[in-house]
Amino acid sequence: MESTAPASPPDGAPALSMRGVSKRFGELAALADVGLEVKSGEIHALLGENGAGKTTLMNVLYGLVKPDAGRIEIDGRPVALDGPRAARAAGIGMVHQHLALVEPFTVAENLVLDRGPARGGLYRRAVEEAWARELAAGFGLALEPDRRVAELSLGERQRVEIVKALTSGARILVLDEPTTVLTPPEVRDLFVALRELAARGRAVVFISHKLSEVLDICGRITVLRQGVVQGTVAAAATDEQDLARRMVGHSLGGLSRGPRFPVGQARLLEVVELGVDSAAPRPAMNFHVSEGEIVGIAGVEGNGQLEICETLSGMRPARSGTVRLGGRDLTRASPLERARAGLGVIPEDRTQSGVVLEMSVADNLALRAHRRPAFRRGPFRLQSVFDANARELVAKFEVRPPDPDRAIGTLSGGNQQKLLLARELSERPTALVAANPTRGLDVAATEALQNRLLQARAAGMAILLVSTDLDEVLALSDRILVAFRGQLAEVPAEQLDRETVGLMMGGVGFPAAAREEAIRL
Amino acid sequence: MIVFELAAASIRMSAPLLYASLGELLGEKAGVVNISLEGAMLVSAFAGTVATLACGNLWLGLAASVAAGMLFLAAFAALTVALACDQILVGTAMNLVAFGLTGLLYRERFGASGAALTLPIFPPVRVPLLADLPFVGPLLFEHNLLVYGAFLLVPAVHLALHATWPGLALRAAGEKPETLEAAGYSVRRVRAAALLAQGALAGVAGAYLALAHAGTFVEGLTAGRGFIALAIVVSGRWTAIGVLGVSGTSVAAQFHLQASDLGVPYQFVRMVPYILTLVVLAQVSRARSAAPAALGR
Amino acid sequence: MRGAPLSGRLRAAFVDVAVVVAGLALLVAACGHSPREAFSSLLGGAFGSIGSIVISLLKTGPLLWTGLGVTLAFRAGVWNIGAEGQFYAGALGAAATALALPPGPFAALTALAAGALAGALWGFLPAALKVRWGVSEVLGTIMLNFVALELVSWAVHGPLQESSRFYPQSERIAESSQLAPLLEGGRLHWGIPLALLAAAALHVFLTYTSAGFRLRAAGFNPRAARLAGIAPETSWLLALCVGGGLAGAGGASELLGVTHRLYERFSAGYGYTAIAVALLGGLEPAAVVLAALFFGALEAGSGTMQRVAGIPSVLVTLLQGAILVLLVARRSSSDVAAARRAL
Repeated sequence: MESTAPASPPDGAPALSMRGVSKRFGELAALADVGLEVKSGEIHALLGENGAGKTTLMNVLYGLVKPDAGRIEIDGRPVALDGPRAARAAGIGMVHQHLALVEPFTVAENLVLDRGPARGGLYRRAVEEAWARELAAGFGLALEPDRRVAELSLGERQRVEIVKALTSGARILVLDEPTTVLTPPEVRDLFVALRELAARGRAVVFISHKLSEVLDICGRITVLRQGVVQGTVAAAATDEQDLARRMVGHSLGGLSRGPRFPVGQARLLEVVELGVDSAAPRPAMNFHVSEGEIVGIAGVEGNGQLEICETLSGMRPARSGTVRLGGRDLTRASPLERARAGLGVIPEDRTQSGVVLEMSVADNLALRAHRRPAFRRGPFRLQSVFDANARELVAKFEVRPPDPDRAIGTLSGGNQQKLLLARELSERPTALVAANPTRGLDVAATEALQNRLLQARAAGMAILLVSTDLDEVLALSDRILVAFRGQLAEVPAEQLDRETVGLMMGGVGFPAAAREEAIRL
Repeated sequence: MIVFELAAASIRMSAPLLYASLGELLGEKAGVVNISLEGAMLVSAFAGTVATLACGNLWLGLAASVAAGMLFLAAFAALTVALACDQILVGTAMNLVAFGLTGLLYRERFGASGAALTLPIFPPVRVPLLADLPFVGPLLFEHNLLVYGAFLLVPAVHLALHATWPGLALRAAGEKPETLEAAGYSVRRVRAAALLAQGALAGVAGAYLALAHAGTFVEGLTAGRGFIALAIVVSGRWTAIGVLGVSGTSVAAQFHLQASDLGVPYQFVRMVPYILTLVVLAQVSRARSAAPAALGR
Repeated sequence: MRGAPLSGRLRAAFVDVAVVVAGLALLVAACGHSPREAFSSLLGGAFGSIGSIVISLLKTGPLLWTGLGVTLAFRAGVWNIGAEGQFYAGALGAAATALALPPGPFAALTALAAGALAGALWGFLPAALKVRWGVSEVLGTIMLNFVALELVSWAVHGPLQESSRFYPQSERIAESSQLAPLLEGGRLHWGIPLALLAAAALHVFLTYTSAGFRLRAAGFNPRAARLAGIAPETSWLLALCVGGGLAGAGGASELLGVTHRLYERFSAGYGYTAIAVALLGGLEPAAVVLAALFFGALEAGSGTMQRVAGIPSVLVTLLQGAILVLLVARRSSSDVAAARRAL
């Protein structure tokens, strides 16, 4: 079986050594003279913020991106990685952040697809499923080969991915942000499995931006910022403050929460016994957001937040219950009616649901506003008003470059997000649903957007902040709800701290049935 | 006895639809929609006609059809797979090319007047013993070889898709191409191979129309059957068994209308497959999940 | 392609056409004809005399009407492959109306309107199937092309057949019910300037109206449009109904202005060529006019080419297909890719 211990490297050379790796994308230096060394039996962290170059480095390692310069050695031997096939042959196994399994396929079919054809090219179900079961057991992992991936939890899918990566005889296992989609118990299971694999002599590269997690599991940590290595340190010789300084480069300017608006006077957004439309039946939800209040919904991705946001914005029909805004029933209202009633929405997938990439900045900013009387005369729209509106908002929200005629798709993600926020806020909504508003943005853009949200709150807006970034939720919210397996529970007011919220994200405080399901996995 | 004749005729007329729609199924399972299936059949039928007349051998004619179908699909694959052009637009363009090309060559070769061509056709072959069974014997076992081939192709395609590794790769190309790519295989190659197989089947379908059904070639011989095959795949929920069920039902409904002698004008009978398709699609489209996830991308 | 400077787009179009012409020259030569003779007769037939220019303009009419219909749909992000069926529906509606009403200009106008309405209905059906039942408009429009074809066939074999029952064709439309010629005794009729007017109206609609703005937004990104309060379904319905109406008006205009009778194979594939027309025109109405003129001239010239050089006129269909292939290959990464997300 392929699960035999990997060949030990000659004369103690590191399992993986990357030196002087550089890559430019146009203007941007994604990687500048990056070096990384990982030993067999080591769990090595690659720590960095979104956009620091972690994923680019791993794509270089997996042969998906060709570096402009640099040298890669495996077990002391130089290798040319010109494609995934070469990378696999060299002993590199990759577990991607967005799991790359074929969902309608069974577990065994996925593993066989990756492994390659058996003799004769046939796929014999019974034979292959027995093979898969045995294989996983050889790695100390349990799998159910006959189940369809679509039916598996994210933790189980990740296990399939790991087995898949190991099947090709990988000696170097790379995991890209593996805990993003997992609950705390699943994370514990993952760590147990990774330690076991390392103990059997494999090298593990653990990519993450979470400090505590990296300190917990890894032996050494390489920090990456803006494509440049900020040092490699032993976990035992560092702490969160040190890592944070290396990772961010400066201390955050901080958020000015501003004067608290007297909360609790008027419940602007009310959700009563709401049943969302989803594949699995889910219990009804109740919550409200008052004037001048930010209510955060924390939770691991995929626990029903998307459904909540889409139901509130009118993109997904409600099964039951009521959504009210300022006392008005909007349960069956169209997105347009909701906007007219005073609801603004920052959708999670900016380029899919937020902006029209092919249209200009001015046109995007007018997607809602063009219906106002000032923007039209009879059936005709007034381009001059479109442009004036855009110039004003672009200046106010400090969009770069400040050019209303540019196609919005040519702007950076942060500037697109600013424009999206500008568009929604310029409608003067009384309530705003913001889903992961700062995801993928750099530090400066994140701060700017978070401050905008706080300003809006100070002006009396009711804001529902749905975010998988726990720090963001903790920093901005007046009250916090946690989403878990499609259910919501409020964090007690006196316990708005990391530990409590983190525990609840893992199912603590939810009805036993929901928790059971999580722990079983 | 007329009902009996019609039933046997339904079986014969299902055959070209089966070849064409099973071919389309292979392409769509790999993630490519080909609306120029009609054109591929037309070109194949013409090539089969020319080759049969030139060589006087039906099998060589069939081979020429298959080659022409594969060549046509190679061009389609070059545009949609290699150059990643829009599949719907390429299909529309290739249909125009097929109509223009066959029209031009037909008139060049056989004259604009279109004096009717007469071709030999594949003769019926009695299956020993089985053909002697009462009723079902003549109904099922007195057809030309291409008819048997069409019905054998249904389980063959099903097994190829689900019980072989290339089938696994083909379906992965249609469901999640990036996974196949990450496994170190070329999505383009898999899709190109699926389209070439489709070309071969479209070739047989075209050959059937000229060399087993009509016994002649006229411009526009395919009469929309390529489009019907397209619809059959969707109505059949992207499975070989579904394709068999839908094409059988569609052809049978047509013959039933003809046989029932209600005085329905033949134009309305000919509308049946198109309208039936729309009705079936309206029933099934809401549950889209059966479509390959990466279809058209 | 849209958004690129006009000169660049024109150059690209010229290159495409030149490549196709060279390829066809080879094919013509391979068939044993002289390419020189073929193209000189083609050109002569298109522009060689006042008479041939008139024929070119006459052939431009149906291509412009249907090309505009396709343009509107594509801009809204719906694949209207059904201009052919809408064109037939329009012709059928116009024929039935013109033959039923007492002859006169009123009959002509009513028949034109009826044709547009019938085309709009033929666009509405796939739109409704898409919006209400989620049926892909690609399949919907294709299937309805064939249904329209069969309906026309039935009509000219049945209720609308000429009273002598000799040919499968309708009675001739009375002269006073026809679209009047622009010049006394000439062949050019009022349907042609009307098509130009429609192009201008479409341009104004897309560029200067709020509804056109919404339609373009929904065409690029229906999800983002919906979230911003613009229901893409409204645009799809509008684009297929009005687009169908334009193609239907084309069928009516052809019937009332040129053929004066309905018969089987009434359309020379105008509805399919329309897709090439719309794309060659970069989905901009003004440029679509030029593209329609180009393909119209080809259609006109092909008749002369067949007579003079003995090359089958169907060569033009091949030409259209080849040009469309090149256009599609060129724009694989441009705005149609965006429209594709609508599917």
